[in-house]
This record gives sequence, structure tokens and C-alpha cells, in this order.
Amino acid sequence: MSVGSTTGKRRHPGLNLHESDAHPSDGEVMFGFWVFMMSDAVLFALLFAVYASLGVNTAGGPGPHDVFELGPAAMETLLLLLSSFTFGIASLAMKYRRGMALLQGMLALTLLLGLGFLGLEVHDFATLQGKGALPQVSAFLSAFYALVPTHFLHVSLGCVWIVVMMVQLRMSGLDRTTRTRLLRLGLFWHFLDIVWVMIFSFVFLRGML
Amino acid sequence: MRIEVLAGPWLGRLSLSALPTDSPVAAGAALVAVLGALGVAGYITAKGRWGYLWREWFTSVDHKRIGIMYVVLALVMLARAVIEALVMRLQQADAINQSGFISAEHFGQLFSTHGSIMIFFMAMPFLTGVINYVMPLQIGARDVSFPVLNSISLMLTAAGAALVMISLVLAPFSTGGWSGYAPFTELRFSPGVGVDYWIWAVTLSSIGSTLTGINFAVTIYKKRAPGMHLFRMPLFCWTALCTSILMIFAMPALTVATALLALDRYLGMHFFTSGGGGNMMVYANLFWLFGHPEVYIVVLPSFGVFSELFSTFSAKKLYGYTSLVLATMTIAVLSFTVWLHHFFTMGQSAHINAAFGIATMLIGIPTGVKVYDWILTMFRGRVRFTTPLLWGLAFLVTFVIGGLSGILLAIPPVDFLVHNTTFLVAHFHNMLIPGTLFGMIAAYQFWFPKAFGFRLEERWGRVAFGCWVTGFYLAFMPLYVLGLEGMPRRSAEVFDEAFRPWLLLAAGGAVLIVLGMAALVLQLAMSIRHRDRNRVTVGDPWDGRSLEWSTSSPPPEYNFAEVPEVEGRDAFWTMKRSGRAYPALDRYAPILLPENSAIGPWLGVLGLATAFGLVWRIGWMAGLGTAGALFAVIGWSFVRRSGRTVGERQVERTETRWHAALVAAVPVSREHECDPRNRGLADVAA
Ligand SMILES: [Cu+2]
Repeated sequence: MSVGSTTGKRRHPGLNLHESDAHPSDGEVMFGFWVFMMSDAVLFALLFAVYASLGVNTAGGPGPHDVFELGPAAMETLLLLLSSFTFGIASLAMKYRRGMALLQGMLALTLLLGLGFLGLEVHDFATLQGKGALPQVSAFLSAFYALVPTHFLHVSLGCVWIVVMMVQLRMSGLDRTTRTRLLRLGLFWHFLDIVWVMIFSFVFLRGML
Repeated sequence: MRIEVLAGPWLGRLSLSALPTDSPVAAGAALVAVLGALGVAGYITAKGRWGYLWREWFTSVDHKRIGIMYVVLALVMLARAVIEALVMRLQQADAINQSGFISAEHFGQLFSTHGSIMIFFMAMPFLTGVINYVMPLQIGARDVSFPVLNSISLMLTAAGAALVMISLVLAPFSTGGWSGYAPFTELRFSPGVGVDYWIWAVTLSSIGSTLTGINFAVTIYKKRAPGMHLFRMPLFCWTALCTSILMIFAMPALTVATALLALDRYLGMHFFTSGGGGNMMVYANLFWLFGHPEVYIVVLPSFGVFSELFSTFSAKKLYGYTSLVLATMTIAVLSFTVWLHHFFTMGQSAHINAAFGIATMLIGIPTGVKVYDWILTMFRGRVRFTTPLLWGLAFLVTFVIGGLSGILLAIPPVDFLVHNTTFLVAHFHNMLIPGTLFGMIAAYQFWFPKAFGFRLEERWGRVAFGCWVTGFYLAFMPLYVLGLEGMPRRSAEVFDEAFRPWLLLAAGGAVLIVLGMAALVLQLAMSIRHRDRNRVTVGDPWDGRSLEWSTSSPPPEYNFAEVPEVEGRDAFWTMKRSGRAYPALDRYAPILLPENSAIGPWLGVLGLATAFGLVWRIGWMAGLGTAGALFAVIGWSFVRRSGRTVGERQVERTETRWHAALVAAVPVSREHECDPRNRGLADVAA
């Protein structure tokens, strides 16, 4: 409930700010973002379902065995997991006020790892094209190209957001707005990590077995 | 392998041949649309009101103004869709063993725009508007949780509606129905731009609805006044909450369905094609995974409205409050478990059909609970038959008939007999017209005095009610008969002489409904003209029960000078009975409100440009629109907003004026609530 006792400072559930005086509307914004991510998770779940039902229809074209390579996918997983780790350090740097340098540095590192992930994926897509595995070939490939690039698009937006975040941190430091924005960006970034792990297990690992 | 790319000349596929010159009916409609738009724009220019509209309305983030704009949008689109329905009824009555006055192609466009508009641009905006206006007031909040997001949602929906209106002039629209079934809507069978219009209009509005759902749900969870526990909320807020949750979880399915269809059409992919391993059943599943919950998205808010109406106009507390809440939640959950009944005949096993048939029938149980609760609310109450309540009574009777035909359709063997006949058309109109439209019109009649400070003329309201309800029975009951006799739906021509009397009857019903529309317009015009004798500035014309009636009419922009403390259900009713209503404050505090923002209208314009560019394959326009939207959002995130403070002096002035009106008003008993004596102060003793 948004309005509790009005006496004394109150700790806000779900707000990892290490502050006992978080503003009530901060909790509202965070909760709204959680709800948004539930909706986004439904979107991914449906794309997974589409992949599950169409992924077997290769229509005489190449199948998962012919086109997927586990090595690069594992590498991408590693990069994204690392980026979640560096973002975690950034969040802790904010929580325990360890200075702007560490915070910005960790965000920059996260960005680099994210960009590395995107770069590897672009390379993957190019390799697939080289093998003639175009989205127009079969329902399997269409479903693949709907699911994985949607995640790609999310990570790209996440990278743009990190850049914007770093600029805004430079401009206005850690105030209420940047703090909660950083928290939301963190949620978003870890969420994308989880979705990727599912893509890795469900699309790549299962496809190769 | 065919790949459509966004290239070509400056205007893509757009050329003069897009003007609907081949059909006089379509050209006439286009002309009316253009003249109407020019007329409105000219009138505003002549009156010099653009600046006012921009400052006070388009950029407003006040939930009350946004709500009113939603309702205006819904009413405009309702007018178009009702006229289209009339044209279709006249065509079928005319085209018995002859081709009638419009072409089959045009007929296909008519039922596609009619359905799409009624669901996405009439029902959704209407209920979103009503919730927007009423819900924050009912929970004692000053606004929704994300006022700017609210404005963005509105403008995206308006952009989708604008795209449908544009398709009237730069034709054609889709002929694939409101559900856009693949593979008919694939490029191979629908090569024109019609389906693209449908895809992008629906996508714009569904993004808007998802954001709205998030906004409302968070508002209800986080912004309730002190003491307004969940189980003290008015039932309308409960239905708003369940509708919002449905929006959050169901709209993504529609977004995925339309996006994959777009990938098929634009990039030659194979999701729903007949070749390349595509499977149209995936489309059917995705669409109805959204489509069936959608039925409850549009019905639940009406249930909330009727709950408020029956208790207010019976001067009784709502019977079975808890059971109504539980029934609402049950319906919301069950609505996700029945989508397969939309394709009983498409080849799945009898076991699956049986399971989904039973799941479908289960929804009848909570709905039945509600019907009995509403009846028992009126039982031994002092029922006043005002216009809003009349709509409620018509709903009760009609909705039960529709529900019974639904139980029939939930039996798979029966469905095999009547699927794709007008029986289905009769059934879903029998659910959605009383279940959504009557509820929304009742809401409009009920809360209009709150929003504008004067009541609507009762007499014209009754005329409209009479035309609508009689028209409804005449227009749709014959379709049950025709369906049982095997008349297919969506057919431009009819080949059985025996259908003629029923079709004529249905056409007569459609004429009556159009007259009902006209009566609503007249009612509004007459009410505005006679507004002085219908003023209810004090704010409580119906002896209301919930907090929205505790403010002046129209309410001040900050809603409540002091956020009320709630001690139970029917918060305002109990305050009045215990003499604690209208407390005079001795000190006023300044109130912080969000600033106006232009980001909403801008995103609407950019979204419309993107969609229009995509429809006509105008690459630069689509690209600029998307990039513009991205940069607008980024730029907007750099603006530090401090909000706008309404000073205590101004609050005091506003409140003092209202309290003066309050003191001057004579309390009016319920017997006289519809005559000019009623200034909005209810006689509590009566
Ligand atoms: Cu259904």
C-alpha cells in the first residue's frame, strides 16, 4: 500500500536503494516497470511457443543441426552473463555510494559486453545467411528469426539506454530520477539475460541434441 | 519467393488510383469524411481555438480530460461503424438473387472496418475513457500513476483510428474481417494495402492498450486513498482492475499475431502461409488467445458500471459485493482457458473440443452469480427508472438471452451445425451490444453530469433508449432464425427468397438503431442548449455512493482539496448519512500536479507517420517516424519536470466558490432528481 504510517522514515519494500527515505512514488514507478516486464515476458513466451510449434517445419530446408553452432552461442551466453555481473557491481556501487567512477566504469563495461554480444550475434546471422539459412526458407527459420532478433532488438535498446543513463549520470549525478532509472535499467538488463539463457537452452542446446 | 521491400518512388505504392472513384457509395463516404474533417478544422480555425485545444486538451495529462477525449474518439468511431452496419443490412436485404448496390469487395471492407472499429476504436477507447475519468476519483486519487503515459496511450489509439479513417479516402481497407485470418490475409491472397492498414491500425491501438492496462493496474494498487482497502473499492474499480490485468496479459498475443503476419507480408516469411511449413492454426491460436480475453476486457467494465447503477438507483448497497468481486476475478481467469472454442471445426480431436466446450460453459456460472446479485440489489429497493437504469434493465434481459445462445454454441456438435452462419453474428452482437455498448452508453448518461456539471435531457435519453433497444431486437433476433436456416455470414449476396422477410426486418432494426444514434446526438445538443436549467454544480445529482460524487461537478483539476479518509464501502454514502460529507477545511495546502506534455501528441503523429509509411511502402516516412519517436522519447527523458503547483490561494478560491453553491442549494429528494430543482445536493433524509 502506498500510504502507510506518516510518522518516521519508512523503508520501501522492493526498492534496493539502501535508503530509508525512499519517496512513495519511487515504489510506484518500480512496480509499474515490473508489470511492464511481465507483459514483455508474455511476448517472449508466445514467441517461444511459436518456435516450439513451427520449429520442426523445415520444409526440406536446413534444420537446426545444419545451421546452429554451439561455440559462438556459448560465447554470447558468457558475454551476457558477465554483463549482468558487471551491472550487478554497478548497482552495488550505487547502493553503497562507492563513487561515480566505479559506477560509470561498470556501466561502460556492461555496455562493451553488450555491444560484444550484439557484434557476435550479427556475425552469427551473417554465417547463417552464408549457409542459405534465410528467414524466407522455412517456417523453422522464420520462427527462429522472429525470436532471436526480438531479443537482439531488446539488447540494442538496452545499450542505447545505458548510453543515455551514463550521460544523465554525468549531467545530474545520483538523484532520485537517475537512481530509480538505474534500478529499472538493471531489471531490464537482467531480464534480457534470463531470456537469453532460455533461448540458449531451448533453441541452441535442444536443437543440437 | 517474394520479398516486399520498402523501396520504390517517393510515395511508394501510393498514387491517385488509391482514391475510391470506382464505387459511388465508397466515393460518397470518402467525401463525407473529408468534408467532415475540413469542416471541423475550419470551424476551429474560424473560432481561433487551436491554441486553446493544444494547451488545454491535446497536451493535457489530466486523467479527466484524457478520459473525455477517449470518449469523444469512441463516439465518432461509433457513428461511422453504425452507419456501416446499416449499409450492410440494406445491402443484404436488397441483394437477394441480385448483386445489390455495393460490390462484394466493398462489402468485405465494410464488415472488416465495422468489426475492427467496434472492437478497437469504439469499445476499447470508450471503456478506457470511462475508467480514466471515474476510477481515480472513486479511489480518492489525484491522477493515475503515469499521467504522461496515459496521454501517450490515448494518442497512439487516436493514431490507429486516424489510420482507419484515412483508409476511407486512400482506399482500400482489408477484406479479412476484424480477426484478419491467415492465409487469406497473406500477400498471395490479399496483395493490396488493405491488410496492412488493418495490421498497423490494430498494432498502434494494442500498444496503447497494453500501456493503459499497466497504468490502471498500478494506479489501483498504489494510489488508493487512506482506508480504501481493496475490498472497500467500488465494484467498478474491481472490474477496471481485472480488465487492466487482462490487457497486460492478452494484448501481447495480438501484437505477436499482427507482427508475424507483417513479417510474412513484408519479408516473405512463412509463419501462416500454406507453403514453406507455415501453419495458419498458429495464427488462429495467437489471435484468439488474445481475442477471447478481449471479449471480457470490453465486457467487465460494463459489469462494473451496472453494479454502480443498480445500487445507486435502488438506494441500496450492492447485494453480494464479495461474490461479485470473486465472480469478476473468476471470469478474468477463465477467459484465458476457452480460446479454442473459436475453432471447434478446424480439425482438433473431439477430446480437446469437449474440454474447451466445458471450460466455456463454466463462465456461465460466475456470470449467473452476477445476474442474481444485480437482481437482488434491486429487490425491495426504491428503484428509480432513470435513463441509465433503463439501459441497465435492457442489459439484464438481453444479456441473458445472448448468454443462453452462447451455451448452445459451447456445445461442439451444435457449433458444427451453425458455425459461419448468421447465428454467430446474432450471438456475439447479443453479448457485446448489451454487454459493452449499453454499459458504456449508461456510463455516459450516468457520469455526464459529473464531467460537465449539467444533466442530460431525460426525454431524449428515453427516445434514444427506445430506438436502440427495439432496433437491437429487430436487427439481431432475425439473424438467429436465418442462421438456423443456414444463411452464411459475411456474404454480400443471398440466394434464398425465403430469407427476404427476415432480412427486411433486420434492416428495419438497423434503421431504428441509426435513429437511436441520432437521438443521442440530439439529446446532447438539447442538453447543451438547456444546460442552465439542468445544472448540478454541487456534484451529487443521483444521491451517489462512491467518492467521485463527493466533489463539485465538474471536479477541480486536483480532484480533492484534501485526500479523503475512507472507513468502509459506499464511502460517500456513509459520509452523507453521518453528516461528515462536504467538510469545510479551515486551511488549504498547495497541490502538486503534473505539467502538460507534448510528448503524447508527438508520439501519436510519429506513430501515424510510421504506420502510413509502412502501409504504402514509403520507406523514408516509416524510417523518419520510427527514428523520430525514438529520439522524442530520449529527448523527453532529459527534461526534468518539477510539476506544477496549484497554490493554496487558488485552491481556497475554488473550494470556497463550491461551498457557496453547496450552501445555496436546496436538498432534493429522489422523487425530484430529474427536474430542474436538482442542483446536485441530495436530500439525505429521503
Ligand atoms: Cu470466445
